[in-house]
Amino acid sequence: MRHTISIVVENEFGVLARVSGLFSGRGFNIKSLSVAETLDPSISRITLVTDGDDQIVEQITKQLNKLVCVIKVVDFQEAAHVEREMALIKVAADERTRSEVLNIVDIFRGKVIDVDLRSYVIEVTGDEEKINALLNLLKPLGIKEIVRTGKVAMHRGMQVLSASAGRAETVELKGKTQKEKAA
Amino acid sequence: MKKLTGAQIMIESLLAEGVDTIFGYPGGAILPTYDALMTSPALRHILVRHEQGAAHMAEGYARVSGRPGVVLVTSGPGATNTVTGIADAYMDSTPLVVVTGQVSTNMIGNDAFQEADVIGITRPCTKHNYLIRDVHDIARVVKEAFYIAGSGRPGPVLIDFPKDVQTAQAPFKYPEKVEIRGYKPTLKGNDRQIEKALEAIESAERPLFYVGGGVQWSDASAPLTELVHGLKIPITTTVMALGVYPSSDPLCLGMLGMHGGYWTNMAVYHCDTLIAIGARFDDRVTGRVSDFAPNVKTIIHVDIDPSSISKNIKVHIPIVGDIKEVVQAMLKRVKSQESLAPRQQIWAEWHKQIMQWKAEKPLPYEKSGPEGEVKPRELLEEVYNLTKGEAIIATDVGQHQMWTAQMLPFNRPRSFLTSGGLGTMGYGLPAGIGAYFAAPDRQVVVISGDGSIQMNIQELATAVQYQVPVKVIILNNYHLGMVRQWQEKFYDGRYSHSYMDAMPNFVKLAEAYGARGFRIEKAKDLAATLREAFVTPGPVLVDAVIPQSEGVFPMVPAGNAMHEMLFA
Repeated sequence: MRHTISIVVENEFGVLARVSGLFSGRGFNIKSLSVAETLDPSISRITLVTDGDDQIVEQITKQLNKLVCVIKVVDFQEAAHVEREMALIKVAADERTRSEVLNIVDIFRGKVIDVDLRSYVIEVTGDEEKINALLNLLKPLGIKEIVRTGKVAMHRGMQVLSASAGRAETVELKGKTQKEKAA
Repeated sequence: MKKLTGAQIMIESLLAEGVDTIFGYPGGAILPTYDALMTSPALRHILVRHEQGAAHMAEGYARVSGRPGVVLVTSGPGATNTVTGIADAYMDSTPLVVVTGQVSTNMIGNDAFQEADVIGITRPCTKHNYLIRDVHDIARVVKEAFYIAGSGRPGPVLIDFPKDVQTAQAPFKYPEKVEIRGYKPTLKGNDRQIEKALEAIESAERPLFYVGGGVQWSDASAPLTELVHGLKIPITTTVMALGVYPSSDPLCLGMLGMHGGYWTNMAVYHCDTLIAIGARFDDRVTGRVSDFAPNVKTIIHVDIDPSSISKNIKVHIPIVGDIKEVVQAMLKRVKSQESLAPRQQIWAEWHKQIMQWKAEKPLPYEKSGPEGEVKPRELLEEVYNLTKGEAIIATDVGQHQMWTAQMLPFNRPRSFLTSGGLGTMGYGLPAGIGAYFAAPDRQVVVISGDGSIQMNIQELATAVQYQVPVKVIILNNYHLGMVRQWQEKFYDGRYSHSYMDAMPNFVKLAEAYGARGFRIEKAKDLAATLREAFVTPGPVLVDAVIPQSEGVFPMVPAGNAMHEMLFA
């Protein structure tokens, strides 16, 4: 079972190594990973996709919580949320195929961000399935290269994931049930 | 405000933490700190002979004192030599603060002389680690390091301390408080969970306490003993918890697991309610997980580390919290003796059944003939008598360790030091030396093997330098006995490289170091020689020849269920 996990961490050196080292050291999987600073420059947010049965994912979140540099862990499995990733796709496009590529890209609300005589670079965002679907349609036309960001995710509505306590009641409640479950 | 050097700030911070003893070894990248150390007589420095020894000494010190053990070493090889000790402390939840010199910050990453990525190397075997880049951070980092090492589930914390930070200057003010937003251990157990646990216990038919090293770290031995003794429920302990409940109490079943007693493992097999406290369901305890405690209806697990709960064995009533707090809360709420009385009759029957199993298959015990070699169990019995059971016993790893754990009674906590999780040969002698510095009034005995002792034998020199009156007893069977035993049982007697052909003369070796050496070749000499060894002042090494083929039994072969035991 796939789980998207957000990890709020101290923005300091070595944190990513601690998180990824935990996964490799304990034999957990990382399917995708993205990291960047938040509005508060002392904090970074990691979004990570992993898979495993409930017991494994429970262990993962508990082990992550044990890291001193980790401030908060949320498994989006249990929450209404949105997730997106972005892909850049270099696809062969000559006079014969250009319009077909453009049509497909349009349907997926993608953008052409680079053109030359024989190729397009396409930018597309969406959930994993949408990007996979686009890739499937472009494949017969000749994909030269792709690069995908890891997934990022966020709660729907007013629920906020933040490092400071009290600012988002819902998160605190969530954190508690999580802890009790973990307990 | 007067400025101090980074090195002085480090020393002042250690003193502010109440550190009185550190174990270390100087070298280039830590020289400024060693220089500052020279003018701080309040901080006793024990010069070891190998940095691994320093780490194990600090472990022994920590386990006996309950306070973090402190290690000071240089960069590169000095730091990497401590790694085995750090990993050992991590597995056995032992609080250490390890300060390692590092090359200057402008050299880091340049493959400088004696440079190693110590933060990278120790990341997976420390609770946390720090590289100090700014002299102004030293006091805060030391404060946090001691807090992290000693609180929650204890563990080792490493501080990498570059040479230029040691010589840079800053004003010194030791912080009063620690605020780490990502580290807030849960201490108080959930009330509802505690109630549920007590309900389960009070309605159990075949309850069993299974307690581990966490009880010792939480200083919960007294309330736990009161709880268990008051309830009159049998209790088994892991190897890490020997002594947290008095062995002399009939309710105490001794150690469980791979080399646990038949009766103890049968009790685990048949219990209907298992109350696990500060133990982590290690594979040496559970055997084949799918068949662990198959008759159990309810497992209660009290632990300060949420990740220990339901990691290997799914538990029904988890309680995250400090063991002492939780056990005290249980004590407050437990039913009165009168209302428990009917239940206790059922439990007494259950205890009787366990004692029946014990009578059927007690630990093997055989006296040696006077001209024969000493049987290990007979030797341990003699040690117990000579020390009146009051000594701190440290062991290495192997057969001698398991015989000691099976056989020796312990009636108080912090008296048995052994490498349980990592199984580190070479742990015993340095741990015993460290224990002495934590409790100089107590007798310290190291039980070792002919293989293990040679892994850190150089620390005899440390013992001689500081006249540590540690008594080291080698159970010498001229083999890596546990390896030999596994080869005999599981590899068709193919003894691949488990025989040591060139055994040193341990008596002469001890004397070469300036210690006293004794040898026991025949059983009839056991009592007199041991007695002499124990009244000899200073460090003493006793080389006792034991039969080569003696095995540790009962034994649950790895991967078997706990009731599938070998008896010979």
